[in-house]
Amino acid sequence: MFLIRLIVKNAFRHTLRSFLTILGITVALLAFGLLRTVMDAWHMGVEASSATRLVTRNAVSLVVPLPLSYRERIRGVPGITHVSYGNWFGGIYIDEKNFFANFVVEPESYLALYPEFLIDPTQKNDFLRDRKGAIVGRKLAERFNWKVGDTVTLKGTIYPGQWEMVIRGVYDGARPDTDLTTLLFHFDYVDETMKKTSPSRSGQVGFFMLGITDPDLAGEVSRAVDDTFKNSQAETLTETEKAFQLGFVAMSEAILMAINLVSYVVILIILAVAANTMAMSVRERTAEFAVMKTLGFKGPAIASLVLGESMILSLTGTAAALALTDPLAQAFGSTLSQYFPVFAVSRETILIGLGAGVFVGLAAAALPAWRVWNTPIAESFRRIG
Amino acid sequence: MDTPLIRIRDLCKAYTRGDQSIPVLAGITFDIAAGEFLALIGPSGSGKSTLLNLIAGIDTADSGQILVGDTDIVTLSEGELADWRSGHVGFIFQFYNLIPVLTALENVELPLLLTSLTRHERREHAAHALDAVGLSDRLDHRPNQLSGGQQQRVAIARAIVADPDIIVADEPTGDLDRVSAQDILHLMDRLNTELGKTIIMVTHDQRAADAAHRVRSLDKGVLHVSD
Ligand SMILES: Nc1ncnc2c1ncn2[C@@H]1O[C@H](COP(=O)(O)OP(=O)(O)OP(=O)(O)O)[C@@H](O)[C@H]1O
Ligand SMILES: [Mg+2]
Repeated sequence: MFLIRLIVKNAFRHTLRSFLTILGITVALLAFGLLRTVMDAWHMGVEASSATRLVTRNAVSLVVPLPLSYRERIRGVPGITHVSYGNWFGGIYIDEKNFFANFVVEPESYLALYPEFLIDPTQKNDFLRDRKGAIVGRKLAERFNWKVGDTVTLKGTIYPGQWEMVIRGVYDGARPDTDLTTLLFHFDYVDETMKKTSPSRSGQVGFFMLGITDPDLAGEVSRAVDDTFKNSQAETLTETEKAFQLGFVAMSEAILMAINLVSYVVILIILAVAANTMAMSVRERTAEFAVMKTLGFKGPAIASLVLGESMILSLTGTAAALALTDPLAQAFGSTLSQYFPVFAVSRETILIGLGAGVFVGLAAAALPAWRVWNTPIAESFRRIG
Repeated sequence: MDTPLIRIRDLCKAYTRGDQSIPVLAGITFDIAAGEFLALIGPSGSGKSTLLNLIAGIDTADSGQILVGDTDIVTLSEGELADWRSGHVGFIFQFYNLIPVLTALENVELPLLLTSLTRHERREHAAHALDAVGLSDRLDHRPNQLSGGQQQRVAIARAIVADPDIIVADEPTGDLDRVSAQDILHLMDRLNTELGKTIIMVTHDQRAADAAHRVRSLDKGVLHVSD
């Protein structure tokens, strides 16, 4: 249609200016999409946690241990099906930059609590039987090209020394958000060594992991566990795995908030750029709009010319950004896979990005459109001389 | 005797600057007959453009009447005025005011978008109007590919394409060399004599005034009959 062609022609009248505006919108929305995806990845660990698992830790702090002897007393609390335990091992594989999560755990009960870790029964048996055995997530195995039977040595940070272990199995995830970047090995292996080298540190665990019969019991069971150890030497804090993970994330919550804020500030900046482009473009054409009004075109028709032009610029930029977000996130995610087990652009991010694009288009056009609509014709002609 | 096409009665317009009111038109009364070719002359700042804009319905009066046929356009709302203009008035400006991204044909087609004509009919009418101003070989040229005189002829084609009764022109030759100006005046004369358009033209140019059939001069907001 005639008017649509006119809008398109107007939008690209100043090729360089239009191109730069579109580029700005594309870059801004790409940044927006990536920042949001980083935040999603951060929260993903929390989402993946089960509501039927509780974590008991020292009430003082995450880094203060609990005596292993608590295990039996916890087991006695009604509503609990399994009790496992372990500690953050924090071992380094060859070099610090090879970071990945590694834990020492009581293997049998731990795997019983994590049905979403899918592992071949033979491999699982081999792992359980070998005190120096370890299992790793599929992604981690691929990252270092580890095969079942390989020997891996971790340099201890919390537990000093070189710790040699044999990969006995590789687990997959039952759900897409299952973390496949972790290494697990035997608590006993480490604890028995500690018994010899620094006996005071043996028999200490970082956390107990509890399975409960019903997610609805989480609050009740947590309270019961913590009450058991009230006024004892080491008081406990029990919370759902989700809350526990959130506690982890909470440490970085300030950073997340900053990222969130920045992602929206980026949108506002690009809005200012687009609004400036539209204001310039409309001002330059004051006489043209006045001519069209003189010919009998009314406010709404004139305003939609401005709005249409703004939308073309904004949506072109938005389309490019949305098309590029996923490939870019994939590239980004593969270099950062050790930090973010799952790095995927969510539908929500795409929709919000699209919404932001539409918003920028509308908002950038609003003031100029209002002006053209309302400026009397005679005044427009006089203004331009 | 025929009733005049346009009857202007006691028309007033003032601008306020600060708390001071500056009268521009102080009670103008005169008639314009159908088929007249009228030139409005007068010193700069005398209110010629203001008067022309009022008659053409693109500015609003403070008081008085402008009766065109039976319609007092002073009383029309903005939207009604827009409709009235598109049906009754063709505009020619000093600086042509064509849309630069549109071809000559598209520029002339523009006013017809407000009619119920089909796309094909619009193009036909526009081509015909351009033919009438002698530009049938420039249909696909953009304004910046045309000379000033040619652009003004495109503007004239745009002014007549919707077949209005009244044509208003504010210094149509003001930006043109002598030969092109002569061309344009000749063309306007033909619009008047051959097509019967009523033309009201503001001008500084004596030759342009000579082309008109009647001349009225404005001075300090008051109208004088010059001949
Ligand atoms: N928006 C406005 N605000 C204040 N004064 C105005 C405004 N518009 C016009 N005027 C004044 O009204 C008077 C008449 O203006 P107008 O443009 O009608 O003159 P003109 O006869 O067409 O002059 P020229 O020959 O220079 O075009 C001038 O003194 C001008 O300064
Ligand atoms: Mg003037």
